[in-house]
Amino acid sequence: MTMIRPAPLDVERIRAEFPILSETVHGKPLVFLDSAASSMKPTAVIDAMADTMRKQYANVHRGLHWMSERTTDAYESTRDAVARLMNAPSRDEIVFAKNSTEAINLLAHSYGSLMQPGQAVLITEMEHHANIVPWQMLRDRAGIELRIARITDAGELDWADYESKLADGRVALVAMTHMSNVLGTYTPAARIAAAAHAAGAKVMFDGSQAIVHRRVDVQALDADFYVFTGHKLYGPTGIGVLWGRMALLDAMPPFMGGGDMIGSVSFEKTTWARVPHKFEAGTPPIVEAIGLKRAIEWVEAVGYDAIAAHEAALTEHALARLADVKGLRVIGQAQDRGGVVSFTLDGAHAHDVATLLDRNGVAVRAGNHCAEPLMRRLGVDSTARASFGVYTTLGEIDVLADTLERVREFFA
Amino acid sequence: MSQAASFDDMRDLYQEVIMARGRHPQHQLRLDPYDGAAKGDNPMCGDRVEVRIRMAGDTIAEAGFEARGCAISVASADLMADAITGRTPTEVRTLAERFRVMVHTGACPDCGPEMDPLRPLVGVHEFKSRLKCATLPWDAMLGALKESGHG
Repeated sequence: MTMIRPAPLDVERIRAEFPILSETVHGKPLVFLDSAASSMKPTAVIDAMADTMRKQYANVHRGLHWMSERTTDAYESTRDAVARLMNAPSRDEIVFAKNSTEAINLLAHSYGSLMQPGQAVLITEMEHHANIVPWQMLRDRAGIELRIARITDAGELDWADYESKLADGRVALVAMTHMSNVLGTYTPAARIAAAAHAAGAKVMFDGSQAIVHRRVDVQALDADFYVFTGHKLYGPTGIGVLWGRMALLDAMPPFMGGGDMIGSVSFEKTTWARVPHKFEAGTPPIVEAIGLKRAIEWVEAVGYDAIAAHEAALTEHALARLADVKGLRVIGQAQDRGGVVSFTLDGAHAHDVATLLDRNGVAVRAGNHCAEPLMRRLGVDSTARASFGVYTTLGEIDVLADTLERVREFFA
Repeated sequence: MSQAASFDDMRDLYQEVIMARGRHPQHQLRLDPYDGAAKGDNPMCGDRVEVRIRMAGDTIAEAGFEARGCAISVASADLMADAITGRTPTEVRTLAERFRVMVHTGACPDCGPEMDPLRPLVGVHEFKSRLKCATLPWDAMLGALKESGHG
């Protein structure tokens, strides 16, 4: 019944680095299949953050003392790590935000303030609320148009519709997911960017999911902006990234005002600090940034090739096993997909499914996944979603599938 | 890897009547005419319910709901419609408060026989993430009562 294939990385060794994975839930081993919501953290990240607070901590960019200088170096070196991770042309293009949501809000506010009525922002039907609502707010504030590119029934970008919505040359910015948090679909980012540029638009990718599973090269994609969040990338909560081309960031007004983002302040006039500090008002998430750097180093040490191969094997196994569960329907059949599988089960609502799975130690998400318009487009109220991380095993997917059989019997 | 599932203890939450009412609710209908209507939304999970009531004098003559949601929320709405029919707004508000106490704590020291039809939902108190499923229809019903001028 079970196809066991050799894993391309040593999962057991990796699992040993995540202390939480040895916890039990309702007396059962934790089978954590909710990494797309937030991933667990390796010891390296936990220790880096705790060590910062234990041994070397002070506010950054202010102190002339040893502790502040050392902490500033540690904090700032995260920009180098992020730039390397994304192959950004310059470390100064790395702007820290609280998470992807704040990064997109920053962009909608600051880049959005440069847009004129009559211009448009183009998103898709498969966006997370974080990449819908900030643009609706901009639309209502600035009188721009919000366009929605359709997706196909398989859950892929409807290319003809995308091109038609770019055609009149009024789209200033395409803002699109790089990987759907519901369907697992990877969008063809390089092709999307090329089409956007040909129509005179800039392009932002929401990489919250994508960068966890595959190497991202913003120069190869020819992106203009790219956002992601630390807590899905085995790092801490409270830290996210907006990358943008320097010329674009430089032309943008600040987002929030306060300390750290200024050149000089008088009651008559304040000048802004240079990018990226212009966008980072107030004491930043220092410990979180240091944790993110360690997470990036950890991911790089495991290697994206190994991660991608491992997760491809997991996804293939999951799709095969779930196909055998009677009454189960996988939502989204994209050709190019990552380790996120949404499904419905006949006769059982997703919440009921999730409650029963949890009782057997299996953690999945259930609901609309912060993507209500997508749910409506797919004609479902809610789905259950299993999502995989570097520590997920084929055996855990078997537990999911076996438990789903029991869930089906329970509600039969 | 084998992790055998046993859901025997889950029957505390999913009692027979909840399974039955969740599957075949008796009051899932679009009441028309009606005196009050209100929607309840749980944006966290996508549950949505609309409750309508029709008054006869000072009592609720009929209640109906349209829901998309889990077994718990549909069963809760359906049992609620049973429980509030023929009662005055004051009685219904007392029922709502007792129901809230019951599903949050698992006990209801003040509950009399009028609460008996709602007792199958007592198991919800052990499932914090599901509390809102059980209480959403009640919140909507109180809104409908208000809209009817009896709030």
